[in-house]
Amino acid sequence: MTAVVLVRSPLRRATDAVVDVFTSPKSGPVMVTAVLFIAMYLAAGSLYKGFFSGQVFLNLLIDNAYLVVLAVGMTFVILTGGIDLSVGSVVALSTMIAATLLRDGWSPLVVIPLILVATSLLGLAVGLMIHVFKVQPFIASLAAMFLARGLCYIISNTSITIDQPFFVAMATLRIPLGGRLSITPSVIVAILVVVIAVWVLQYTRFGRTTYAIGGGEQSGMLMGLPVARTKVLVYVISGFCSGVAGVLFSFYTLSGYPLTTIGTELDAIAAVVIGGTLLTGGYGFVLGSVLGVLVLGVIQTIITFQGTLSSWWTKIFIGALLLVFIILQKVLTSRRT
Amino acid sequence: MASALQTRAPAPPGNPDPVIDMTGISITFPGVKALDGVDFRMFPGEVHSLMGENGAGKSTLIKALTGVYSIDAGTIAMQGRQVTFSGPAQAQAAGIATVYQEVNLLGNLTVAENVMLGREPHRLGGINWRATRRRAKEILQRLHLDIDPNSLLNSHSLAVQQLVAIARALDVDASVLILDEPTSSLDAEEVAELFRVIRDLADAGVAILFVSHFLDQVYEISDRLTVLRNGRLVGEYLTDELLRIDLVQAMIGKELSTLEDLENRKRSSEAGGASSVPAFLSAHGIARKGAVAPIDLTIAPGEVVGLAGLLGSGRTEIARLLGGIDHCDAGTIQVNGKPLKLRTPRQAIAHRIAYSSENRRSEGIVDELSVRDNIILALQADRGWFRPIPKRRQDELAQSYIDTLSIRTPDADALVRNLSGGNQQKVLLARWLAIAPRLLILDEPTRGIDVGAKAEIQKLVVSLAENGMSVLFISAELEEVLRLSHRIIVLRDRRMVADLPNENLDLDALLALIAEGSEADEQAGVTS
Repeated sequence: MTAVVLVRSPLRRATDAVVDVFTSPKSGPVMVTAVLFIAMYLAAGSLYKGFFSGQVFLNLLIDNAYLVVLAVGMTFVILTGGIDLSVGSVVALSTMIAATLLRDGWSPLVVIPLILVATSLLGLAVGLMIHVFKVQPFIASLAAMFLARGLCYIISNTSITIDQPFFVAMATLRIPLGGRLSITPSVIVAILVVVIAVWVLQYTRFGRTTYAIGGGEQSGMLMGLPVARTKVLVYVISGFCSGVAGVLFSFYTLSGYPLTTIGTELDAIAAVVIGGTLLTGGYGFVLGSVLGVLVLGVIQTIITFQGTLSSWWTKIFIGALLLVFIILQKVLTSRRT
Repeated sequence: MASALQTRAPAPPGNPDPVIDMTGISITFPGVKALDGVDFRMFPGEVHSLMGENGAGKSTLIKALTGVYSIDAGTIAMQGRQVTFSGPAQAQAAGIATVYQEVNLLGNLTVAENVMLGREPHRLGGINWRATRRRAKEILQRLHLDIDPNSLLNSHSLAVQQLVAIARALDVDASVLILDEPTSSLDAEEVAELFRVIRDLADAGVAILFVSHFLDQVYEISDRLTVLRNGRLVGEYLTDELLRIDLVQAMIGKELSTLEDLENRKRSSEAGGASSVPAFLSAHGIARKGAVAPIDLTIAPGEVVGLAGLLGSGRTEIARLLGGIDHCDAGTIQVNGKPLKLRTPRQAIAHRIAYSSENRRSEGIVDELSVRDNIILALQADRGWFRPIPKRRQDELAQSYIDTLSIRTPDADALVRNLSGGNQQKVLLARWLAIAPRLLILDEPTRGIDVGAKAEIQKLVVSLAENGMSVLFISAELEEVLRLSHRIIVLRDRRMVADLPNENLDLDALLALIAEGSEADEQAGVTS
C-alpha cells in the first residue's frame, strides 16, 4: 500500500510478469496447457513426416468439433463447481432422435430445433433437481445420464443409418480455405459456439455470476447476484450444447446408435480440466477448454502417426496428463492462499 | 434495571438530528427475548461502538437495523422519517451499508469486479470493463487504496480485502456504515490503515456503527458507546467519559454469589495445592498467529487455574492449544517435565489431557446417541475400535456416572438430545472423566444451564481438584472463576496481562485487570 516504487531492470520486470502469469490460479494452468500443446505439436512434427501439414491440424478440429461444443457446455457447469455426467448419453440420444425422425421423413428444419429444445429441457430438469431439491450435481446428472441412455434403447436397439440429403451434405461438404486446406460446416458451428460462449462468460452479468458461484455461492448471494437462476441455467446451457454436439456428431457419423459416445462426458471433463478450469469452480476459460480438446486430439493423432501403438494408449496418456494437471492446479492454488 | 436509570449521553455539539433513531426495539425468538425495549441512535459523523458480551443482543440489533429480522415492537427512524425494511436490499437502498465479519467477497474475481459486481456499466449489451475498472478505481481512491483494480482479490491481504468490502458497500451512497468485527483478523498495522479510512468517512459525515471485542480499538476509534446486556440496554455513553472499568462492569454486570461454602472449601484445599508440587503441565511462550500472543502457563496437580477475560480475549484459543485442537506456532509444552508436541486431540488424550469445548452442541455431545454411548465415547476411542468395551462394563460405567453426577435421565439408553443443557454438560463431563484425565480443560462448562446444575458442576470441579486433578477453568462469569480457581490468568486482547494467585482478589480488582491490564496491577493491590 505504500508508495515505494522499486526500481527494477526491464528484463527483471518482464520475467516477473511471466512468473506472475504462470503462477496465477486464473491463467497459470491455461498457460501450462498452451506450452504443453505447442511442445507436443512441435515434437510430433519433428518425429513424424507429414505431421506439420495444415490439414492434419484442421482435422483435429474436424474430428473433435462435437467435443469442443460439449467442452464449452461443460466449462459453464464446472465453473460453478458442478459437474454434468449426462452429456455423453444426451449426444447419443440426439443422434437417435435425429436418425429415427429423419427416417420417418421429418424435415431437418424441424428435427434439429426439436433436438435442441429436448436436450435443453433435460438440462433444465437436471438444474432444477440440483437447485430445488439440493441434489448433488453428480447424482442429478447421473440420473439424467441413465435416463438418456435408456431412452436411446426405447427408440431402437440397433444402429439407424441417416441418409437424409441435408445431413449427408453436411457430412461431405468441405469448405475450402485456400491451398489444399478445407474444413467442415461442423467446425464453423463449433467456432461460433466458442465465440458466443467467450462473450457470454466475459461480458454478461450471467457469465460473471457463473464465476461468482464457483468462487463462493454464499458470498455471491449476499452480494445480491441471481445465484439460483444462474445455477439452473448453466445446466440448460450444457444440455443445449449436448444437443448441438449430438447434431454435429450425427453429421460426422451419419447414423444413430444407442451405444455411441459412451464415456464421452469424461472426455469433455478431461478436456475442461486439462484446459485449466478448476474442478471446484471459479477459475477457467472457454478457450482453455478448446485447448484441452486440442491436446486430447493431438495425443490421438500422434498415436495414429506412430502406427504401432494401440489406440487405447490415448486413454493412458490422457489419464497421466489429467493426474499431472490436477496436482498442478492444487499446487498453484495452494500457493496463493 | 429500570429504564429510567439508563444513562443517555448528550448529543454531539451543534445538536444535529440523529441519522438513525431506534426506540423500544423488541425481538422475540421462540423461547428467548433477544431484544427487550432497546433504544439506539446514531449521529452523522460519529463512530458509535456497540458493546456487549455473547448473547447481549448486538448482532440481533444490527440485523433489526438492516432488515434481516423484523421487529416485534418499537420504531426505527432514519433521518427523522419512520422506516421499515423488509430485507437487507431495502436497507442498502436506503443508505445503510453493512460489512460483515467474514469478508463476503469473491477471491477468484478481480478487485474491480468485487466492488462493482451487479452494478457494472454496460455498453452494446455487454459489460463495459474499462468503465467498470475506472469507477472501481475512483471508489478505492476515496479509501486511499491504491491497488490495481484488475488484480485478483485473492492476491491481497485480508486488510485490503476488508477495505474492498467497504468500498463495495460505499458505492451505494451510504449515510450509515455498519462494520461488524472488521478487525478480528487484522494485524496492528492493518487496523491502523482501516481506522484511518473509518475516520475519513466519519469526517465526511457518514455515521459508523463499529462492533469489536477489542477494548483498545473501541477506545481508539469510537466517539460514543452503547452497551447491551442480555438483550437490554444498559446505557449510552460518550467514550471519553466512560472509564474502562465501568464499561467492563456494564458489559458483564454483577451477580450475587450464592455459593459461599464452595469458597471456603476451595480456600481450605488451597493450602495443599500448588507451589510445592511440580507442575503437571507447563507451557512456555506458546502462541498462535491471529489467535493468541506468547504466554507462559503452568498447572500443578490439584490446581484449578481460571482464565478470565472478555469474549475474544484468547481464552478459548489457549484452551484449544493445550487440548491439541490447534497447533502452536511457537513455544514449548512440557507434561510431567517431558517436552511434548501436541498435534492432535488424540495425542492430548493419550497424555491424559481432556478438552471439553464451549460449543456443547456442535463440538461436544453427539445428539443422536444415547447417554451411555456419549459417556463411553472418549474411552472407547482411546482404547481403539478393535477393543470394544464389553456391554456390561459400558452399563456399569454409564450408571456410575449417572449416579455420581446425578444426571437426570430416564435411563442410560435415552437420547442425549432429549436432556436439558445442564445434564448434557454433565454427560460431557462424564465422558472426559471416564478417561481419567490428569488435566481437564473446561471451556464455559456452565454456560446456558440452570442455577442448580451450575452449582453441581462447580462443586464437582472443586472435588476433582481435591483428588489431584488439574483443571483449567474458563468462564465468562467472573464470580465463578473467582470462586473456583486457585490461580487466575487474566487475558486481554489475546494477551496475558496477569497471572496471580487467587488470594484477596475480588471482583472489582479482577474487573480492573481485565479493563486496564498490567497498569492496574498496583491499583488492584491497593483495593484488596
